[in-house]
Parts: sequence; C-alpha cells; structure tokens
Amino acid sequence: MAEIETKPKKTIYKENIPRLMQGNEACALGALAAGCRFFAGYPITPSTEIAEILSRQLPRFGGKFIQMEDEIASIAAVIGASIAGAKAMTSTSGPGYSLMQENLGYAYMAEVPCVIVNVMRGGPSTGLPTKVAQGDVMQSKWGTHGDYFPIVIVPSSVKECFDYTVKAFSLSEEYRIPVTVLSDEVLGHMREIVKLPPQEELNIVTVPKPYEPPEWYKHFEITPDFRSPMASFGEGYRFHLTGLTHDEYGFPTSSRTEIVRKLEKLRLKTMRHLDELTDVRIEMMDDAHIMIFAYGSTARAARHAIRIARKKRFKVGLIQPRIIWPFPDQIVREYLEQVDLVIVPELNQGQIIREIKRLRYRHLKIIGLNRFDGELITPQQILDKIKEERH
Amino acid sequence: MAEQVSNVTHKYLRPKKTFPNVWCPGCGIGIAMGALIRAIDTLNLNKNEVSVVSGIGCTARIPVYLDFNTLHTTHGRAIAFATGVKLANPKLNVIVISGDGDLLAIGGNHFIHAARRNIDITCILVNNYIYGMTGGQYSPTTPFAKNASTAPYGMVEQSFDPSDLAKSSGATFVARGTVYHASQLSRLMNQAISHNGFSFVEVISNCHTQYGRLNREGSAVKMIQWQKECAVSSSTAAKMTKEDLEGKFVTGKLHEVFRPEYVNEYQKIIDRFNEEDEKEEQLQES
Repeated sequence: MAEIETKPKKTIYKENIPRLMQGNEACALGALAAGCRFFAGYPITPSTEIAEILSRQLPRFGGKFIQMEDEIASIAAVIGASIAGAKAMTSTSGPGYSLMQENLGYAYMAEVPCVIVNVMRGGPSTGLPTKVAQGDVMQSKWGTHGDYFPIVIVPSSVKECFDYTVKAFSLSEEYRIPVTVLSDEVLGHMREIVKLPPQEELNIVTVPKPYEPPEWYKHFEITPDFRSPMASFGEGYRFHLTGLTHDEYGFPTSSRTEIVRKLEKLRLKTMRHLDELTDVRIEMMDDAHIMIFAYGSTARAARHAIRIARKKRFKVGLIQPRIIWPFPDQIVREYLEQVDLVIVPELNQGQIIREIKRLRYRHLKIIGLNRFDGELITPQQILDKIKEERH
Repeated sequence: MAEQVSNVTHKYLRPKKTFPNVWCPGCGIGIAMGALIRAIDTLNLNKNEVSVVSGIGCTARIPVYLDFNTLHTTHGRAIAFATGVKLANPKLNVIVISGDGDLLAIGGNHFIHAARRNIDITCILVNNYIYGMTGGQYSPTTPFAKNASTAPYGMVEQSFDPSDLAKSSGATFVARGTVYHASQLSRLMNQAISHNGFSFVEVISNCHTQYGRLNREGSAVKMIQWQKECAVSSSTAAKMTKEDLEGKFVTGKLHEVFRPEYVNEYQKIIDRFNEEDEKEEQLQES
C-alpha cells in the first residue's frame, strides 16, 4: 500500500455554504476532494494560487507538496507519484505546459493517470503573463510527439473549476490517462459565489486494482473496454514501465502486431467511449438557425449574448463543450444540419473553428470571432457579429 | 564461486522476454548491474520494496532485466520521476541508475537539485565518458582533447567531475568505483543504499565500442586494465601529492556527512497535523 491515503473524515471545505472564491481556489479544493494527495509544480502566473493553496492544505490530509526545479521535473514527479499509488496533479500555464509535453507523452504511453491544470495566458512564448487567452487548445490536443488521443476539459465558471477538477481525476483514473483542465487567467482569478456540494455526493472514481496474482498480472492488459486495472509500485506486482513501445506486460517490443495492438489501445480506450466522454451544454438550440460554439470564459459572454439576441428575435443558440477533446463530433454534426450560420468566438486567431469546418458537409457559413489582445470577448461583440451577418 | 554468483544474480533477473541484453560484448554495464544485484542481496532487501529508475541510454536499459519495481523514463528525467516515487511511497528503496550523458547533461539540473534537497535516493552514475547508444558523441565527462564522433578534432570543452559535482551540490554520500574493482563496487553501492539521504556512486566503466575505438584505447580488456592501473584508493591518495595523482582517479568512499533528510522532514509536518487532530478528537470526546 502506498503511504499516502485518502482521509475523508477531515473537512476539506464547508459544504453547502455559499462562499466567495477564485477559480484557482476551486481547482485546488476540487483536487483535494477528489483525493489528490500529491502535487509537484513550479511557480508560474496565473496558476500559482493552486500551488500555494495545496502547499498549505496537502500535509493536513497526509498528502505531499513539492516545488520542483522546473515544469519538466514537476510532471515527472507527478507521474512517479501516481505510479507509486497517489492521486497526483500539477498546475501551470502555457510556457510550463509546453515544457511538460515531453513527459506528458510518457504518461500517455505508459498509461499513468494524472491531472494537469493549465491556466491559459497570452502567448506564444512569455506572451502576456497576466492576461487571458485560449491559445493552448490545439497544444492540449497535439502538444507531444506521436499518435495519441487525449482528454481535455474546459470549465467556464468557478463552480465548474471545482466540478471539473473532480471529474478530471475520475476520468484520469478510469481511463488511465493524463487529463488536462484548460482554465484561463480570467477563470483562475475571477471570484464568484459558490456553494460546494457535500463530499459524499461527488462521483469519485479510483482505478481498480488487479484481482489476479502477481505472476499473472499484465500491467497493460487489453480488456474488452480497453481500460486496464492498475497495480502500484510496492504492492508486490513488480512490473516494468517504459516509454518504449511495449507489450501487455510492459516490456519493450519490436513485434509489429504488438506495436499495432498497443497504439490501437491508446486510441480505442478514449474513442470507443465517446458517449461517456461527451459533455456539452446545449442552450436554446431547438429552433435555432444560428449556432454559437463557445468554450471556457468565452462561453459566458456567448450565453449572455444569446439571451439578448433572443429578445431581438434572432433564432440563436449556444453549444458549449466542457470536454473539448475528444471533440463532440456527433452533437455538433447534428446541429450543423439545422443551422445556416455558425459563429465561433475564441480568444485566439481561430483554433477550434477548424474542427467545426472539418464536420461541414454542405454549404454553410462558419465564421470566427477572434480576439487576442488580452481582453475577453464581450456579449456586445457577439451581438454585433450576429446583426452584421443577418443584415 | 561462479555458481554462487549466478545463483544470486538469477534470483533478481527477469527471465521473461528480456534477454539477450542490449550491451556489446565486453561492456562494463553488466558488471555494474551485477554489483548492484549483489549489494541488494547482501542488504537482504525485499524485492517488492526496491524501485529502480533510469533515464535513456545504454546504462538506462538496466531496469528491464531486474525483477523489482522498475521504471524506464524519459531522457534525463529519471531523478525527477524517482522523487515522485519516493515521496509518494517512502517505504520504497529508490535507486536511480543511468549514464553520464543522461544524468549530467540533459538531467544535470535534476541531479543537482535532488542532491541539494537531500532526498533519500541512491543515484548510480555509470561513467563511460561518451554517449554510447547514439554512436559516440561527446558527453559532459569526455576528457579534454579526447575524440568523439561530434568532436572529430578533439574535445575543446572542459569536463565535469561527477563526484565533485555531487559533493558540492549537497549529496551526503559520495563514492567512486570501477567495473574492474567489482566487489569493492558492490560494497560501495551497499553503503550508498544504506545511507539515509542523497547518495551518489560514480562507476568508471568502459565503452570500447565507441570511446575506445575513437581514441585508439584498445579492447575491452585493455580499457579495464587502464582502470586497474589508474585507480588509487582514497586512503592511498591521502598520502600522495597532487603531481603524483595526475592522470589517476581516486576510488572508495569520498564523502559522507549527515544532514536532515527531505522525506523525513516533510513527514514531520504531516505528523504535526496528525497530532493536532488527535488532540482535537480527544477534546471533543471529553
């Protein structure tokens, strides 16, 4: 057994009592509630509050916090801790997320559960450390080298920062995969009144332990649903982990069949479960002719905008994905049949719009509303765009 | 004797799918692996409580053959992974074994910071003065003026002394051995694993395939003979002048001090909270 154990008796937060809190704080509390007992990180604006809160709270719950020498080491320590049996996470922003890509690839390959919160800021490079952007959407999908199928979550409110950090841990354990939470500078620092649910109502998943004896155990067993049980270091299973392409036992392989089986497993374990991995909020789409596709803090402005637009008799609705990778193809495709205009507001020069264009099968206007000056898109900008297109 | 040795070795090897090994005939890495196995055997450690972590390179292929909790990580990051493993499960004896390029070039930052932290990890560096797996490029330990495939006109950079670096970064146990002195090497590894804190063992090894060929140093046997001739034990070295030590290297235990160990110190914080909680519970009960 790992030394670090979840101690649910102690109160992590006051349940059902409205409180003013920051998105970053909600992430930290969500992690603790999900059973996170290890954090390794490196200071970076605008994510540092998560590290600061967890450095105070983790030892109270028997957990460990460590500030590593850089982000490369941080994610490495997180993966190491996860292999040794702790639910583990790190938080960072764009530049740190780039540094983490190498070992994130390792975690995809070695199927190690862990959670990464990326509080997005303006980029590329050092960019705009204190300003908001949504520039890492494609990095979160394609960031590391090779062929893999990530799970990425985009919350849009302080409450969702809490809920979806809990969910990130559950998905990460269930699928044995690193899960990225793409928060952003506005969400991270914005304060909202939040009422956190009782801890026993949270849906917390922990990866199942193997039931077979050690000599029968395959760390990467290919099961019918492609999700394998997981033993931890120190439990008597003595398995081998490597970033090299490996067989079901974890030993390096150059057999063509085994290579294909391994890489297909990486795809199928997420792509065979698209139903479970679709989390989309749909608003006023029933009779809509205009679809706004928005995520993260941009979705807040979009929600406000469609309410005003409806009053002005524009038939407009909102699709807001909370799990952005894998992309919700099915739902978007359904609504593309019904609408004749899609507006995609994003705090970048057009990233997720490519996915919607990929799904277009007939003539249909798909336009971006892009802002990348470090400020949020306002509801008025979205309204103006609707009016401009309809006149 | 030979039978005894192989009995011990076989107890700790994985027969399944991993042999034959990747190393060239005559390579010193196998001897370093044997020394590690014997050190663990003498300490009588539970196999389930040993974790061997490595990076990338020839030496980093060691874990796959060993029947422990083994972790073959990304290039240079072994110590960072090991830090997470050790913190999450302090019962594990965590041993990092990797090469000079892996631990000192790409992993140099992790190396000095783990030493500074004094986390209870044993770090074994097999120093063959070159990048073997990728074809003989110069490493941070390639001596000045020696040849490498990327230093065709001789090495123009200065090199690291890994043991000095470990000591000045804060490692609390530092030793150096060679693959020629295999039983001494095993003893040094034994002491390093027993030491509570960041312990470091530098293993002088031979890469006749790359380094030996590029520098005309001869066969594996000749290179291992060079180790025998140039090694000076730390007790003898203490009586020698600086001039006498020119071109030689000191072996044995080089440095040992005791400083608070990182995982223990962190545990004290957790214990303090646990005590407070117990007191609170007692108060509530009474």
